[in-house]
Amino acid sequence: MTLTLESACEMHPQVALRPEPFGALAYHYGNRRLVFLRHPDIVRVVRNASTYPTLRDALAGEGVEEQRWPSFVKALSSLTTSEIIRVR
Amino acid sequence: MSAESLVAQMKSGLDAPICLTWELTYACNLACVHCLSSSGQRDERELSTEQAKAVLDELRDLQVFYINIGGGEPMVRRDFFEILEHSISNGIGVKFSTNGAFIDKKNAERLAAMDYLDIQISLDGTNAEVNDAVRGEGSYDTAIRAMENLRDAGFGQFKISVVVTRHNVDQLDEFKALADSFGAQLRITRLRPAGRGADTWNELHPTNAQQRQIYDWLLAHGENVLTGDSFFHLNAFGESLPGLNMCGAGRVVCLIDPLGDVYACPFVIHEDFKAGNVLDDGGFTKVWRASDLFTELREPQSPGACASCGSFDACQGGCMAAKFFTGIPLDGPDPECVGGDGEKLLGAVPVALLPRPSMDHSKPERIKVSS
Repeated sequence: MTLTLESACEMHPQVALRPEPFGALAYHYGNRRLVFLRHPDIVRVVRNASTYPTLRDALAGEGVEEQRWPSFVKALSSLTTSEIIRVR
Repeated sequence: MSAESLVAQMKSGLDAPICLTWELTYACNLACVHCLSSSGQRDERELSTEQAKAVLDELRDLQVFYINIGGGEPMVRRDFFEILEHSISNGIGVKFSTNGAFIDKKNAERLAAMDYLDIQISLDGTNAEVNDAVRGEGSYDTAIRAMENLRDAGFGQFKISVVVTRHNVDQLDEFKALADSFGAQLRITRLRPAGRGADTWNELHPTNAQQRQIYDWLLAHGENVLTGDSFFHLNAFGESLPGLNMCGAGRVVCLIDPLGDVYACPFVIHEDFKAGNVLDDGGFTKVWRASDLFTELREPQSPGACASCGSFDACQGGCMAAKFFTGIPLDGPDPECVGGDGEKLLGAVPVALLPRPSMDHSKPERIKVSS
């Protein structure tokens, strides 16, 4: 699904993150999908999304520069396919 | 980060493996002619239940999300369910490979009640004639019965795992139909010249024409068929098959054998590819992160004799294990190089001088005594 800056998201409760040099591996115990999160910034946004009212707040709060927000929203939207992240 | 740099990152190694195979025992009720681990008889040095659980605790701390359990026949171990339950309750999902002999109705129900569990039934022919020639008399019926028991117990989607040979390559459509009829998922993998397979590879491995057939079939059906990324040497035919297209040995993949020895991949049970043992000081973690062998495998690999070939980027020189056991240099072409470069090198090393698997747990031949 397509997320926007106004979406309220959370990491799926069945997802575990394993830190790696490039970012993290995300594993969904429910659908058994393994996904590569290829930057430490996206890892932080995914992990902490539930603590912010919207994605806009999450991106700002995690220190992601504003010009990168569109690409982050796109990347996060693609993570809804594997249900690593979902709307809460 | 681009896809290319992710692959580069993976080639230089991860903090823990993604795909870890653990052969629980060398004991097996069958004696398949292509067995990667030359299994048959239990080894008295195999890890105890407590040692196995300690390894699982370590894998949990490393956040290894799932493991592939095999053997031998893993269900032969009396503590099989205990190990399985310990793994799953620690958040390590399990996929185990079995010939199905021990999946009776009762065990099927027990397995169906567990979460985070996949089962892979080995089958190398869609009829008894083709299957049993490789896996032994009665093994086709045994596998089918196990599948029926899993279906009747409501296990859900299991996997049917096929090693593609010269004799079953024409049955790929039938394997798919069989899997579909059980609501199962088909997995096909490459025959490796490892274990007893080193002795039978010449007669069993697909011909060059058949390799094209496998490639075309995978392009047409690849979406719903698993391959363990084992056919990446075929990418030299053209369009890449789905998958990572790299040798993961010691980088994202490794094998723990029944004794706790850690090898670079399931297809190279040989001293040259042994990185350490899970019982060593520092355990599996130190072997994975700091062993000389794995460090070396994570260095950039030279394309060697394949440097001038236009297909090197596509096939990456193929499978390290396949080269090793056929006597081809590790920076040479895969023995099944689709350009035919590997085939030319086969036979260059006298059979007597080819590397042999380090251990052989095959059962002794039974001599029939006529009365």
